[in-house]
Amino acid sequence: MIGGLFVYNHKGEVLISRVYRDDIGRNAVDAFRVNVIHARQQVRSPVTNIAHTSFFHIKRSNIWICAAAKKNVNAALVFQFLYKMVEVMGNYFGKINEDNIKNNFVLIYELLDEIMDYGYPQNTDTGILKTYITQQGIKSQTKEETTKITNQVTGQIAWRREGIKYRRNELFLDVIESVNLLMSPQGQVLSAHVSGRVQMKSFLSGMPECKFGINDKIVVDSKRQEPGATSGGGNLGGGGKAGHIAIDDCQFHQCVKLSKFDTEHAISFIPPDGEFELMRYRTTKDISLPFRVIPLVREIGRTKMEVKVVVKSNFKPSLLAQKVEVRIPTPLNTSGVQVICMKGKARYKASDNAIVWKIKRMGGMKEWQLSAEIDMLSATDKAKKWTRPPISMNFEVPFAPSGFKVRYLKVFESKLNYSDHDVIKWVRYIGKSGLYETRC
Amino acid sequence: ASVSESLGNIRPWLQKVTTQAKTTDSKYFTTTRKGEIFELKAELNSERKDKRKEAVKKVIASMTVGKDVSTLFPDVVNCMQADNLELKKLVYLYLMNYAKTQPDKAIMAVNTFVRDCEDPNPLIRALAVRTIGCIRVDEITAYLCDPLRKCLKDEDPYVRKTAAVCVAKLHDIDPLLVEEQGFLDALKELLADSNPMVVANAVAAITEISDSAQTDTAADMLCWSGQLINKLLTALNECTEWGQVFILDAVANYTPTENNEAQNMIERVSPRLAHANAAVVLSAVKVIMKLLEMLDPNSDFVLSTIKKLSAPLVTLLSSEPEIQYVALRNINLIVQKRPDILKQELKVFFVKYNDPIYVKLEKLDILIRLTSAANIANVLAELKEYATEVDVDFVRKAVRAIGRCAIKVESAAERCVSTLLDLIQTKVNYVVQEAIVVIKDIFRKYPNKYESVIGTLCENLDTLDEPEARASMIWIIGEYAERIDNADELLESFLEGFADEQTAVQLQLLTSVVKLFLKRPTDTQELVQQALSLATQEADNPDLRDRGYIYWRLLSTDPAAAKQVVLAEKPLISEETDLLEPNLLDELICHIGSLASVYHKPPAAFVDGRGGGQVAKATKGLPSRLAAEAGGAAAAAAGAGGGDFGAGTGAPGRPAVSVIPTQESLIGDLLDIDMSGGATAAAAMAAASASTNQQPVDLLGEGLDSLLGGPAPSATSPVPPSGASAAAGGSGADSLADIFGGLGGGVGGGLGGGGGFDPPMETWLPAQKGKGLQIEGRFLRRGPQLSMELRLRNNAMQQLNGFAVQFNKNSFGLAPAQPLAMNPLAPQQSVTTLLPLNTKGPVQKMDPLLTLQVAVKNNIDIFYFACLIPMYALFTEEGDMDKRVFLSTWKDIPPENETQFNLGSYAHDADTASTMLRSFNVFTIAKRSVESTDMLYQCVKLTNGILVLAELKIVPQTNAYTLSLKSRHVEIYPGVHEAYLAVLKG
Repeated sequence: MIGGLFVYNHKGEVLISRVYRDDIGRNAVDAFRVNVIHARQQVRSPVTNIAHTSFFHIKRSNIWICAAAKKNVNAALVFQFLYKMVEVMGNYFGKINEDNIKNNFVLIYELLDEIMDYGYPQNTDTGILKTYITQQGIKSQTKEETTKITNQVTGQIAWRREGIKYRRNELFLDVIESVNLLMSPQGQVLSAHVSGRVQMKSFLSGMPECKFGINDKIVVDSKRQEPGATSGGGNLGGGGKAGHIAIDDCQFHQCVKLSKFDTEHAISFIPPDGEFELMRYRTTKDISLPFRVIPLVREIGRTKMEVKVVVKSNFKPSLLAQKVEVRIPTPLNTSGVQVICMKGKARYKASDNAIVWKIKRMGGMKEWQLSAEIDMLSATDKAKKWTRPPISMNFEVPFAPSGFKVRYLKVFESKLNYSDHDVIKWVRYIGKSGLYETRC
Repeated sequence: ASVSESLGNIRPWLQKVTTQAKTTDSKYFTTTRKGEIFELKAELNSERKDKRKEAVKKVIASMTVGKDVSTLFPDVVNCMQADNLELKKLVYLYLMNYAKTQPDKAIMAVNTFVRDCEDPNPLIRALAVRTIGCIRVDEITAYLCDPLRKCLKDEDPYVRKTAAVCVAKLHDIDPLLVEEQGFLDALKELLADSNPMVVANAVAAITEISDSAQTDTAADMLCWSGQLINKLLTALNECTEWGQVFILDAVANYTPTENNEAQNMIERVSPRLAHANAAVVLSAVKVIMKLLEMLDPNSDFVLSTIKKLSAPLVTLLSSEPEIQYVALRNINLIVQKRPDILKQELKVFFVKYNDPIYVKLEKLDILIRLTSAANIANVLAELKEYATEVDVDFVRKAVRAIGRCAIKVESAAERCVSTLLDLIQTKVNYVVQEAIVVIKDIFRKYPNKYESVIGTLCENLDTLDEPEARASMIWIIGEYAERIDNADELLESFLEGFADEQTAVQLQLLTSVVKLFLKRPTDTQELVQQALSLATQEADNPDLRDRGYIYWRLLSTDPAAAKQVVLAEKPLISEETDLLEPNLLDELICHIGSLASVYHKPPAAFVDGRGGGQVAKATKGLPSRLAAEAGGAAAAAAGAGGGDFGAGTGAPGRPAVSVIPTQESLIGDLLDIDMSGGATAAAAMAAASASTNQQPVDLLGEGLDSLLGGPAPSATSPVPPSGASAAAGGSGADSLADIFGGLGGGVGGGLGGGGGFDPPMETWLPAQKGKGLQIEGRFLRRGPQLSMELRLRNNAMQQLNGFAVQFNKNSFGLAPAQPLAMNPLAPQQSVTTLLPLNTKGPVQKMDPLLTLQVAVKNNIDIFYFACLIPMYALFTEEGDMDKRVFLSTWKDIPPENETQFNLGSYAHDADTASTMLRSFNVFTIAKRSVESTDMLYQCVKLTNGILVLAELKIVPQTNAYTLSLKSRHVEIYPGVHEAYLAVLKG
């Protein structure tokens, strides 16, 4: 298992060094600095083996976070732990940067002591950690209190404590999808998928059992016992046939009873208090792509280029897309750009080597165009060949491009006197751009 | 109060702490003043609590940046008794780092530890037991046992889960102590704990202990019962994500005994595939992949399980790049093992512009593996796109991938070639070079099909500066010399800088010039002579020189033969390149998710030997289908006959790697393709490691020596010329006596030693292939009796019995003289047995000649392996003969059957050599000395009656041994040569 954890700044100075196992010595700290941080070439792998020691690293802004191990450890676990460690630190003191780490190093050591023992990750749930790692020291805790803490840390429902009470029982569901697209210049979809997540914020009293229903084909089918049901149903922004979508794969928060999902296709859980990510899913079929980009690039001689880009919105006219932004990359030796666009604002950003075209709002079924003339310095042979990166897009639309729909979320709490009807529920759909690229 | 309220309380406080900290904590990192240690000492002993705390913080900060603050040890330990938990934690952290350097002072801390282990607050109890396990000082360890025992039975689960890990810590320090004190049993009891986290940590500790165990009791801990596994799988539902990983990794080590059990396990593990933590998903995949091996591959259950696996694997590719990388490396293995799982998912492996380079390279690898005729158009379009990217490595790999597509999918070859030509037109240097390398491979797969492109290639001759590209280009010129008008000029231009080229290029250049000469002898004589003299006279590299000499001799002795050898039709390269060797692949499948799967190396290759019981232990292997079930498969394998050794354990339907290297491929390798063209190299490597453990006999190598020796204008003219002429002269016996003059009783002096030497045992059947049965063996000759000594070891979990052995037809008719006498073999038992052999079995000439294919049967399966019979085992006692008979026999054998070998030099003189050889039934008939050079005339008779006559020449000054062999059956020369070498080397 993990032998040691090290945190370095961009210069390779050690900010945190916590050794868990005897087989990792002080020289390991230097080995990583010399061979990876100070290495001349670009990092070619997140795992490096130096003298029989394996180093796993991730980077957050310019902080290197590194785990060292001698044995044949579970590599996926190590990286997952590093992410988790960053998340926990972030929850405690905000952004991961040199100042914050130096300012909180005592706290960090305390956390590292708690979330990992002898290289084995322990409970890493921030909500629980915050109940007893407070930097204030545990002074006047009664026996009941500490038992409560330890039971929570180790317990079955590690994500929720008992005795929560709200005057108003309320829950919020956000379905947030990011659409990823890679399209050829000719408009052929090379790959497209939606990765979505359901973010839940719950303010519920007691230990409520929740049941969550979605319009996944399998779930719906298994419910009706008749495959291929043909009932119609409201269709938001296009999307799946007959209101059901085919989810390729989904993953759930710790709290969801996976065995129950496997056998009955029911999503049931006792939610943590506050905000958490209930599920993640991925679909690849019947995605309604909100936008299409049609590029036209013409090189006129060695020093001039003409670019024409058309953006088409492809959803109900009544809906409005926001924060639409198109990035059109320009060659490295660009000397000047003239842009004309019908709507929005377009500017050449020399620092990004791109024309950035921003449209604040765009209705459905619209088609807008931008054209630009790019002047280039005459390319010497030495100048690196320009490889036309893809045109990328950002946007936000108020529907789920996969067609995902929440069918119900029922709350049962047997011990307290409130029922499903008393809970106020809010559902919101947001479609965002992931990597939304069109080659040109 | 609700949590949000209490959070609300914490938040402003946290902010306060952080802002306050801003002015304080980070300054600890900057102090580098002189006398700092002294000041710290004073502060540590300060009256004021807050001041002491500040001082400890400073100490920890100094420790972090690598300053030595060990001198402050006693002062820091003094702060330990504080009731402030935060301070306590800091002091403990310091102790863990420095206790080892100050063992005598560390003992001061013991009392506090012991007292803390009794503290009413469970958090403090746990903290104490956690820390004490990390202090690796003998004096302290001794005090640890009692508190640890109490903590293992503590009422609080938080303490118990910490104590469980502490047992593993203690085991690392002193494994015997752990056993003596009964902690192993205590740990096992925790597996039945009511708290899931305690169970998970106990599982982790047990896995670690049994991995590094030196004694059997500890190693046996992992031999879990099905019942326990069942319990663990139930606990899975309630564990933290990390606990789930510990349990799944432990479950992966368990091999169920029944199919139903395996199926049941898969059903219970598969819900984990939907977990948000990638480590949980990959560990679940590991368990399932392993268990699937046991089930009928065509059953509905297996097919539906395979379907379930693909989506979670694809999902991993939308996680963070580092996890993507781990996932991709694993997918690479999974695709090789079970290509069906992801064959529909090609598109997810398309490279994104912003992917980090390591993700891009891995995706590309998998993309090629998934390429088929059905999707080639998409793949090719992608690859073309990638070939214009920025990263040089990636571009190269993309270009290479285009070549691999062409080789894999014949229908697309033409499109690939034209794509490559387009790329060559870009004139980007490394793209051009890479394209030329792959076009060479394409030529090797589809000869005489795409030569029209050669013109374009030749245009880029000047830009090639990498050895591999140059060598490829030269190969192409040589191979198609008849169609390139100015081939001679091109090669000549390369030849100018011959000395500066790398060896691979030089070798290729030499071969290509010879090819050119053989194809166009009239106008290239000068060129070939220049090349040969460069290779033989100017070059320092022995390979180059040797090759130069072969060509020289070949060309000067028999140009027709040269043509046959050099211009021989070459074997086509196979389509699947760089596959992992099947045994390694199986082992790596058992390590999915771990580092081994990332490096694609077995753990022993990168884990230090130190403390790694794992290294010594048998490597992990996939379970095979159970005996009852596997009957059909075994029968099928048996039906396939002796040829197919590789398919024994592999999934049926996978094309078996050709195991025994064919003569052609070796020749091809030597004479023609030096570049790691991928295919041949990989195949040859797999073959070498998978077949017999002896090096395959390098037939051409032997021939090479004879070529060198034969027509060489040296003094060692074929054996007894004088004798022959003298005999012809008619003076008969006198002159014979003269010739063999001086041979005395000395020759026979060494007779009767008799024992011979016993060669070391070789592993013929590794346990992974024998489903736990490992066979080592060797051939022995005791007097007239030839036998095979076998050592069988049972590495399986169950008893093995019902052994029987059978030989395939072989060159010398070897067969068991009696059935194999074997008692049942208990697990971990090993038995050595002697199997007497006779030579009355059916005869069939094998290739290599001395190969013996053996089938061993037991209650599990039938296993096949091949071994090489050492030639000396076949030398009989009847080799002795009269001098005259020897001479006439010598004359009877045509002179062209004579072959000479250089044996190197040995310290023994002629008599010792003769004695040594005698004990192997090599009979010295006569001995003679000419100008202080000793000549031994020897005779050997093989079990099948073949006579081999030998002249062994020993030059005393240099002790150089030269062997000339004469027999009617030249095929056995290599074997005899080997035998001589083996005997002389002792």
